Amino acid sequence: MAVFDDELLHLKELILRIGGHVELAIKNSITALVERDDALAKSVIADDSKINALDVEIDEYAIKLIALRQPRAGDLRLITTAMKITTDLERMGDRAVNISHRAMELNREPILKPYIDIPKMALITQQMTRDALDAFVRKDKALAMDVISRDNEVDAMKHAILEELALYMVKDPSTIARGMKVSFVAQSLERIADHATNIAEMVIYLVDGRIIRHMDMSEGIDK
Amino acid sequence: MPETFEIEVNNLNFYYSGTVHALKKINLTIRKNAITALIGPSGCGKTTLLRCFNRMHDLYPKNLYEGEILFQGINILTPDTDLINLRSRIGMVFQKPTPFPMSVFDNVAYGLKLKGMKKRAELSENVEKALHHAALWDEVKDKLHSSAYDLSGGQQQRLVIARALAVNPEVLLFDEPTSALDPISTAKIEELSQTLKNDVTIIIVTHNMQQAARISDWTGFLMLGELIEFDSTQKMFTSPSIKLTEDYITGRFG
Repeated sequence: MAVFDDELLHLKELILRIGGHVELAIKNSITALVERDDALAKSVIADDSKINALDVEIDEYAIKLIALRQPRAGDLRLITTAMKITTDLERMGDRAVNISHRAMELNREPILKPYIDIPKMALITQQMTRDALDAFVRKDKALAMDVISRDNEVDAMKHAILEELALYMVKDPSTIARGMKVSFVAQSLERIADHATNIAEMVIYLVDGRIIRHMDMSEGIDK
Repeated sequence: MPETFEIEVNNLNFYYSGTVHALKKINLTIRKNAITALIGPSGCGKTTLLRCFNRMHDLYPKNLYEGEILFQGINILTPDTDLINLRSRIGMVFQKPTPFPMSVFDNVAYGLKLKGMKKRAELSENVEKALHHAALWDEVKDKLHSSAYDLSGGQQQRLVIARALAVNPEVLLFDEPTSALDPISTAKIEELSQTLKNDVTIIIVTHNMQQAARISDWTGFLMLGELIEFDSTQKMFTSPSIKLTEDYITGRFG
């Protein structure tokens, strides 16, 4: 089955390739916001077509492997996991596009406040994405669990950012339009972290054959 | 709901000619009205195990069983077991269709006559019932008195199943029943097995892993005479617990 092993390797490479594009899109969308760089925002929007094309390529390749190789056991879990992961990655890319649109709109107006927490949140989110993909490639359950545990931190940061923005908007209603857009960026980052968590949960399935989403983490995980 | 076990195998050892240790301490349970598949590489013992269930090995006097096989609670490995009766309760279908050199009707009536059924009307009724049951009636109803050899391979195999069903068995043993058939005949036998399991318990040996996945409820994986893993078919084909099973099921042996 050497040919099939090569095909599975190729599938993993495709996932890493789309993952690389998504990581870059997240990073650039936040840089475009913080550094008020319209050109960078536009490049994120333009490059989304690459992510979409890879998403389709991965699904088609996975379907081909299911039809032609009739995968079983660990092979079956790898292929189904890849199909689910690519959907999450594609949606993360869409979120980066949304952030880029908001960045270009915000760049036309005076800065509401210096961006401090959003870049921090973006760093954590990017690291979660990278670690989730590493966990997938290495079938590393411990790393996947670690990614899942970081999601709460991102949720807390989002809440803190929204509360702070609310204070600005209450004090000065002229900031509402900008405040809403920045809130939207924080919400998008939080959703990206959720997608990274979904990927990490699929890694647990890949390794153990157990579907742990919708489970209470305190009781769902052994070891 | 408590599960009903049709057959329980306890510490079964089997020796060909009294010396070749072909099955080693096999323990498993066969669920009633379910299909259990036995898979494994050639020479693993799956057919040897299948043939223990109706004592086919007794055709050669030096073959030796140890342990017990409880069929509905009664050990069928004891010397006083009535083998003729056992084999009508636990029927067998082989790899190549084995119709007798006689008409379609007489093939199915054979076992009934052996059991003492003589009345023509009663025989006709039971033959028709068995042929319906084996999903063959519509294809042979106009040629019941033609030779069974005039049927296609797939029809012959269903005829053999009808012959086994005629004597109302409780268990059917399938030894690679479709390996000599084309995909359409195979699909018919597979579909038939799904309806048959309402009435009988089926144990099937197959080299076709996808067939095991398609039709069975439980799967046992054997290697070198040992039962390596036994679990629900879904578990075996999505996340088997043992590395050897994983390697065999994914085609990465050795």
